[in-house]
Amino acid sequence: MNESLAITRFLNEAGETSHFIARFFRQWFKPRFELSEFTRQCFVIGYKSLPLVGLTAFIMGLVLTMQLRPSMIDYGVESQLPAIVGIAIVREIGPVITALIFAGKIGSSIGAELGSMKVTEQIDAMEVSGTNPFKYLVVTRVLAATLMLPVLVLLGDAISLYGSYLGVNIRGNTSFVFFWKQVLDNLSFSDVLPAFIKSFFFGFAVGIIGCYKGYNSSKGTEGVGRSANSAVVISSVLVFILDLIAVQVTDLLNLY
Amino acid sequence: MTLIYDINKQQAVVNKNTDDTTETVLSIRHLYKSFKENHVLVDFNLDVSKGETVVVLGKSGSGKSVLIKCIIGLLQPDKGDIELFGKSITGINETELDKIRAKTGFLFQSNALYDSMTVRQNLEFPLRRHWIKVSQQQVNDMVMESLEDVGLAHTVNMMPAELSGGMRKRIALARTLILKPEIILYDEPTTGLDPITGKEIIGLMMEIQQKYNTTSIIISHDMNCVRTAGNRIVILVDGMCYACGNFEQLLKNTDPKVKQFFEGI
Repeated sequence: MNESLAITRFLNEAGETSHFIARFFRQWFKPRFELSEFTRQCFVIGYKSLPLVGLTAFIMGLVLTMQLRPSMIDYGVESQLPAIVGIAIVREIGPVITALIFAGKIGSSIGAELGSMKVTEQIDAMEVSGTNPFKYLVVTRVLAATLMLPVLVLLGDAISLYGSYLGVNIRGNTSFVFFWKQVLDNLSFSDVLPAFIKSFFFGFAVGIIGCYKGYNSSKGTEGVGRSANSAVVISSVLVFILDLIAVQVTDLLNLY
Repeated sequence: MTLIYDINKQQAVVNKNTDDTTETVLSIRHLYKSFKENHVLVDFNLDVSKGETVVVLGKSGSGKSVLIKCIIGLLQPDKGDIELFGKSITGINETELDKIRAKTGFLFQSNALYDSMTVRQNLEFPLRRHWIKVSQQQVNDMVMESLEDVGLAHTVNMMPAELSGGMRKRIALARTLILKPEIILYDEPTTGLDPITGKEIIGLMMEIQQKYNTTSIIISHDMNCVRTAGNRIVILVDGMCYACGNFEQLLKNTDPKVKQFFEGI
């Protein structure tokens, strides 16, 4: 009985989310684009996330290099360290870790902000003031998240590789130019493009789930907390699912 | 205004005197609204004339807030018709609804001030969003005029979080006033305020009504507000307009469902 109830609830939620996504696309193409709010959201979602993304990317690159080094020495391929780290970061670790950090920071903040706006009737007040709240709040945030995450991934990758360069030089002596030559010589367009494209999907997933949870927040402060929490959990899981799909699609298209 | 109370139909019929030539601003006909099995409004009827202040009185959860949210188009009724300024708002398109909303003020129970904006930005928001063509100087003047109306001109650059509950209510009222609405819908304007601040807000609402000759619909269960502000009181019971009249008429009413609201007065 409980299982069937859980399945029904899951299907209901999936249906409502699909409806929300369809509404997003319908509203996106409707005229009167909220350019100033979109620009503000790009600043809040993109620029303000850069310090956190940069710090985690730097540590990730440094630690990954230091952890890989002993194994590379064992196999006698220490000179390939920049190439291996470069491919790992650009193809997989960079987009996924950045998307998870992004889900934690932006997913929760969108969920909590829209949730509290919902329970304090600010969304209704917007509607009464001649504003389409879905366009003003949801479309701008989802688009900003979709466009800003790939930019953050690119910047995060670069910072991560710089961390890796420092990691290589803790116990070695590799020039900056040689390190970057090693990385770039072993990277191809087919490494960068799928990773870049999938980060758009990650950004969209984080934005739409954060907005869906916040916009449909139930009454009360407890509901706001639950919205923020479930926005992070669901969008993080979605990042892994989308990553799995992206790998399969890339494999099918023989891009690797 | 006469009170006709038909106990068989369990529905108060709101009639105006035949010599009453004032313009009807709001007309609600056979309004139904349900949430799943919960029938909130059942064949609700109401007419409101220009300059009139109608107080809708009812228990918590009786559908008072649902009623004014239907009037402003935030909720769609299941059945029935609502005419605001002579135009039906049921099934109306977004642009037309926005035009009607520009002439309608709504004071939310929770004030609904935008947390991320200053008081000035909160007041400017409806002006900018309704695309009213005014210069920045005129916008500044309108903001200051509205703030002066509520006696809070000095808070113009403050954030809502820096204000007390009473001040927030006044700012919300100033935001409602900025478009000089012809009708203002108040959703429990004194809830959560101490009695003194509550009286001040009621006084302010009456001043505004006199100054701008606005029509007002007040949702309340604050008897002080009901007595002081209402020209006419509508009692909402079981989703219907159960009784209607002025304060003295209803005070003398012997029907138990009406009497319960006036016990202890």
